[in-house]
Amino acid sequence: MEFKEIVLEHSDTVVERWLNQLDNGALNEYSSTISHEMIEQINREFADLIILSLKSDAKNLKELDEFAEKIVNLGWPFGYITEGLQQFRSISIRFILEKTNKESKSFFIEVMDGVNKWIDPLKVRLLNEYSSNWNNIISLQKMALEELSAPLIPVMDEITIMPLVGMIDTDRAKMIMENLLNGVVKQRTDVVLIDITGVPVVDTMVAHHIIQAAEAVRLLGATCILVGIRPEIAQTIVNLGIDLSQFQTKSSLQKGFQTALQITGKSIHSDNQEQEDIEAIIGAIEKE
Amino acid sequence: MEKTLSSVIIKKEWDIVGARQAGRKIAIDLGFGSVDQARITTAISELARNIYLYAKHGEITFEKVYGVRKVGIKIIASDRGPGIREISSVMKDGYSTSGGLGAGLPGVKRLMDEFDIQSDDHGTKVTVIKWARQ
Repeated sequence: MEFKEIVLEHSDTVVERWLNQLDNGALNEYSSTISHEMIEQINREFADLIILSLKSDAKNLKELDEFAEKIVNLGWPFGYITEGLQQFRSISIRFILEKTNKESKSFFIEVMDGVNKWIDPLKVRLLNEYSSNWNNIISLQKMALEELSAPLIPVMDEITIMPLVGMIDTDRAKMIMENLLNGVVKQRTDVVLIDITGVPVVDTMVAHHIIQAAEAVRLLGATCILVGIRPEIAQTIVNLGIDLSQFQTKSSLQKGFQTALQITGKSIHSDNQEQEDIEAIIGAIEKE
Repeated sequence: MEKTLSSVIIKKEWDIVGARQAGRKIAIDLGFGSVDQARITTAISELARNIYLYAKHGEITFEKVYGVRKVGIKIIASDRGPGIREISSVMKDGYSTSGGLGAGLPGVKRLMDEFDIQSDDHGTKVTVIKWARQ
């Protein structure tokens, strides 16, 4: 363990060399968005942390976890940590060799093994913490995405809207079906408007899921109207040869809502400017 | 004259989105209109989904092709999956082994201008071309 002491004794020199040699290559593509001072400050913290971990056992250092979390939160890549540690490893080995002035092969291997023994656990700990933080973020985002996935909005007695936005994959298709059927029963819906304005591509799988959902809604005694079909989507649906004739389709939510009012035997009245008011209400719904 | 522009590996369901976005970007760069963009992205979506569903692993490659006074996008979907035993049946509307609509491959053929499929025990390769209207 005398190698460790050599580095610790001259920690200022080693850290100074490390800071000078560190070119932060991993940050290159980000460097336009990160200020120079910021990089320097984090480098300093990184150096302090490495020295601190040499003094005590790397296995139970809370600071390591905090540092890894910080790097994740900054959005810096994995490579920043590995590069820094690799640089520190080679500087330490060189520094120890300089100080001891022995040049045998076996001594060199001894030094290398010694240094590896304190750098490796540090590296493992930092990278584990980094990746678990990262996974955590991904799973939180997935949850957030699921919450946004398939909302069912009751706009009136018996009329409900389900706006769909983004790609529909197998998981989402299942959720759409579940939410739709639960909502239809719970809210005693007669007409459901499925709005696909925000769905970028309607391929056979998406169409298949929508057809199945509509069919299931029909079995519950409600009507499904597909709205928000853009002209280019209409053309691709025809090209694909998908048969959507079993249920009603409308180009816009507005037209679909008017049909829904007719089906449920409703109409919107106002004392004056009747037409304008209908448009205002429908406009407001469309923004939701 | 052909030029490979990019290729996307298909392994996960989300890779389909990646392939679609890459294809849409190339279609925009080549000057396709919005309807053709939708056709191209839908065709990519079908091809990529076929890879994901049946072969699990494959690749979508995009090339720029030149015809007589026209340019186009060539999309090659290749995989090393089990292959398609009866190509003539999968090209019929309504044929599906997965409980889908069975409109995938014949649909892709109708969406694009040129269509070619080769399949054996070692995998499947679908090549399609869409020409930009000049």
